[in-house]
Amino acid sequence: MGEMEELRKEADNLKDQITEARKVVQDTTLQEAVAGTTLVGRVQLKTRKTLRGHLAKIYAMHWGTDTNCSKLCVSASQDGKLIVWDTLTTNKVSAIPLKSSWVMTCAYAPSGNMVACGGLDNMCSIYNLKGKDGNVKVMRELAAHTGYLSCCRFLSDSEIITSSGDCTCVLWDIETGTEKTIFAGHLGDCMSLAVSPDFKMFISGACDFTAKLWDIREASCRQTFSGHESDINAIGFFPNGNAVITGSDDATCKLYDLRADQELITYQDSGIMCGVTSLAPSLSGRLLLAGYDDFNVNIWDMLKAERVGVLAGHDNRVSCIGVSSDGMACCTGSWDSFLKIWN
Amino acid sequence: MCDHRCFVYEIVKMSGSSNLVAMKKIVQQLRFEASINRVKVSQAAADLQQFCMQNALQDPLLTGVSSSTNPFRPQKVCSFL
Repeated sequence: MGEMEELRKEADNLKDQITEARKVVQDTTLQEAVAGTTLVGRVQLKTRKTLRGHLAKIYAMHWGTDTNCSKLCVSASQDGKLIVWDTLTTNKVSAIPLKSSWVMTCAYAPSGNMVACGGLDNMCSIYNLKGKDGNVKVMRELAAHTGYLSCCRFLSDSEIITSSGDCTCVLWDIETGTEKTIFAGHLGDCMSLAVSPDFKMFISGACDFTAKLWDIREASCRQTFSGHESDINAIGFFPNGNAVITGSDDATCKLYDLRADQELITYQDSGIMCGVTSLAPSLSGRLLLAGYDDFNVNIWDMLKAERVGVLAGHDNRVSCIGVSSDGMACCTGSWDSFLKIWN
Repeated sequence: MCDHRCFVYEIVKMSGSSNLVAMKKIVQQLRFEASINRVKVSQAAADLQQFCMQNALQDPLLTGVSSSTNPFRPQKVCSFL
């Protein structure tokens, strides 16, 4: 038997081992475990603010963290602008013109000092919001990816993680502008990433239909989750960091538990036939808000896997969604060029 | 159920010795992933449920926000014209 053939056999055996090991701990299902729990009552959120200013499709938004920027968020649009909003007043704190208008992602640093963005320019650009003369300038351009930048998230003012259409994720040293770690393993474009609440891990969702959990300091992939039947576009952590939620072009969201190493439940409805573009859990994790291609956001009871609400208000695809760090409001961004704040 | 076995075979179809290296990496990664400790689903489900319950009252989107405490809904002052 050739070496390749032997390796292929070993890979198959290991895959079967993993499937078996997952079955061994499957002493129940989430559905059975929560059978006695009452479904959450109908959730009806109202639009409290509409943020107007972008002139083209909005592709991404990210809330600032509560400690430094109460209710500030950043949005990115293919009108070539990053806008930092004060969501309470709807004022634009900063309107940052971009070198490349083909932006696909943006992020707010936890400190509130910086924002980042990137897209078809294959770069992650870091902007300093707290420059001496008050002007917002490019601080670093992180270039090394050989594919589009799909997502980025700050670990701190000195480190950021990016995901790319080149199938890798990268941990960068912002100060030196260099790659610290390359996380390779996905076999398709990486579309989305999320950092764990303790900042030790991150998860990535890709066009190979899998989600991967990465140990940042060990520079290794710890776990791989399959089950989706199409590209994973959105990914997030359950608030306690022990589970992962994914959203896919297969019209479903899935909940994977990290410690049980398996899918616990799928959020699907025969009436939903379009892809999931974005997702965010509520503060307690009980609600899952997911944006879809059909212009709506569906709100799911995360334990019971039933729809308990809908946010209908956009005139085009909902491309991004986020829940503020104090859980007080949800922000949706759309291809209709508006952002809406709901609670 | 489509698993990443499909993609392993995709690599095998290609030619070249670099794919032996790639295949070895895949096997090494699978060995690592197979070796982790797993918690029972009953325990995992109970912990998720407990977290939801413990934090339910502090979850404004779940409990609802009264207009008097909603920062996005400032109290309007009424005046007679």
